[in-house]
Amino acid sequence: MTSAPAVEVSALRKAYGEKRAVDGLDLVVDQGEILAVLGPNGAGKTTTVEILEGFRQRDSGEVRVLGQDPATAGRAWRSRLGVVLQTTNDLAEATVGEVVHHFAQYYPGARDADEVIDAVGLREKVGTRTRQLSGGQRRRLDVALGIVGRPELVFLDEPTTGFDPEARRSFWDLITGLREDGATILLTTHYLEEAEHLADRVVVVNAGKVVAQGAPADLGGRTARQALVRWTAADGPREVRTDAPTAVVRELADTYGEVPGLQVLRPTLEDVYLSLIEGSSTDPADRDLPTTEDVR
Amino acid sequence: MSATTQARPQARANPPLPGTLRLGLARTRYEVRGFFRERDAVIFIFAYPVIMLAIFATVFGQDGTTIDFGTDSVPFAQYFLPGMVATGVMLSSFQNLALAIAVERDEGGLKRLRATPLPAASYFLGKVGQVLVSCVLQVAILLVVASSLFDVPMPDDAATWGTFAWIFLLGTATGAVCGVGFSSIPRSGRSASAVVTPIVLVLQFISGVFFQFDQLPTWMQQVASVFPLKWMAQGMRSVFLPDEAAALEPSGSWQHGAIALVLLVWLVAGLVVGVRWFRWRRRDDG
Repeated sequence: MTSAPAVEVSALRKAYGEKRAVDGLDLVVDQGEILAVLGPNGAGKTTTVEILEGFRQRDSGEVRVLGQDPATAGRAWRSRLGVVLQTTNDLAEATVGEVVHHFAQYYPGARDADEVIDAVGLREKVGTRTRQLSGGQRRRLDVALGIVGRPELVFLDEPTTGFDPEARRSFWDLITGLREDGATILLTTHYLEEAEHLADRVVVVNAGKVVAQGAPADLGGRTARQALVRWTAADGPREVRTDAPTAVVRELADTYGEVPGLQVLRPTLEDVYLSLIEGSSTDPADRDLPTTEDVR
Repeated sequence: MSATTQARPQARANPPLPGTLRLGLARTRYEVRGFFRERDAVIFIFAYPVIMLAIFATVFGQDGTTIDFGTDSVPFAQYFLPGMVATGVMLSSFQNLALAIAVERDEGGLKRLRATPLPAASYFLGKVGQVLVSCVLQVAILLVVASSLFDVPMPDDAATWGTFAWIFLLGTATGAVCGVGFSSIPRSGRSASAVVTPIVLVLQFISGVFFQFDQLPTWMQQVASVFPLKWMAQGMRSVFLPDEAAALEPSGSWQHGAIALVLLVWLVAGLVVGVRWFRWRRRDDG
């Protein structure tokens, strides 16, 4: 083995009064991977991430981030992390260039501030006060401040909330570029397509536990990924759930010639995700599938 | 054990972390620049004592009215200048930090800093540096206006300026530390000025900033004696008024020992509270 995981969490627990926000959570993030943590609001995502960042104390469980316990780790450890929190509106009066150059001073072996500004695409805004930035530009600045210290591990908390689709695309390119530089990235998001596009692995958290994990394409297991074939028979609509939709369609074609009302549907990551967090069932067949995509 | 190039942590040499003092200086520069860009706050903090001095000196000092103390007397402007200096220091230190830190916490700026390797001490050094710069400027403006527009005589011996220096520095430090401690009290950045401003105003009224201290009711003088502003103002009176004016003080003397003691007690209390209860995150953020 080349190196220890960037993050190792086992049996993590954290309660606020009666509410068990994190309830026996296990998680491993390997070095150099992009891991997306998905889950509904209140699932314990932010609490977990903030324990990993050293902002909160855990009640129990083992946590190792870059080989150290965040609850006791010091400045040297922080200098190896990049943290991009949820939206803030601080730093209003400083310009983009000033802020990035200033934060670079905090770190030993920081990246060149101007290169970072170029990398996040804020070159034209370098002299602009941060209060005048748009939401997307502001988020790019947050990322610039998160990566200027050349972190080995980057936490991104809902990085693209409120972005337009184009801004989101270019943001994704930025994150992919970070990984190519060798950084490990742990990101929380509400956007399934973001997880699908960026992440090597997805972890779904619900009620303080990990309820599923895997590559975006494998999440939920094989049954959750079965295709649904629908058509209209003489006595009304029919549907069949199958691993071999082509065979089913061929059979139907033999019967009908042109099959009336033919649809082949496959659950999206969103369908699988929704079924995962809606409790016991991991089978999307128990739910309506109004948002599935057609497979030609 | 294949050593791939992916093993960044090992591949990277470990340069030393930047020093606390150096970062404190960097923070000071950053804070001072930010402070002077908040133009509305700067104008308020700098102009307020000057305007107040002008109003009081003009309204009460018209027809050449003076404040008498036995053998001698001073014009109104000269009597009020020490109180305005004390008030200026309180605005630039206590009020400024109590508001600024509460807002910074509310906006998430403190949390962002907490996630970096910036030492807490450097953050506070930056605040102290910024307060010192603005207090020096503030008092300089006030003294220039007082001596040039209102003909208030300035002390002409080194010993009196020495007294001025230690009272100014101790008062600034106490105000700054108390501001840091107090910043944790408001629930949000928005409510901060509603919480801080009345306290500042009331202290000004009972501490002899707007009125002649010896003419306030005794109980009010006693209440004011608990807080640092009264002692700051008294100390500044000892600098800018003739020695005979000490006769106007309730105790009949300038009480330099008591001034130092009260300011030091508040300084230590503020430090303890500030360190013990300082919050990097909003209250509703767990």
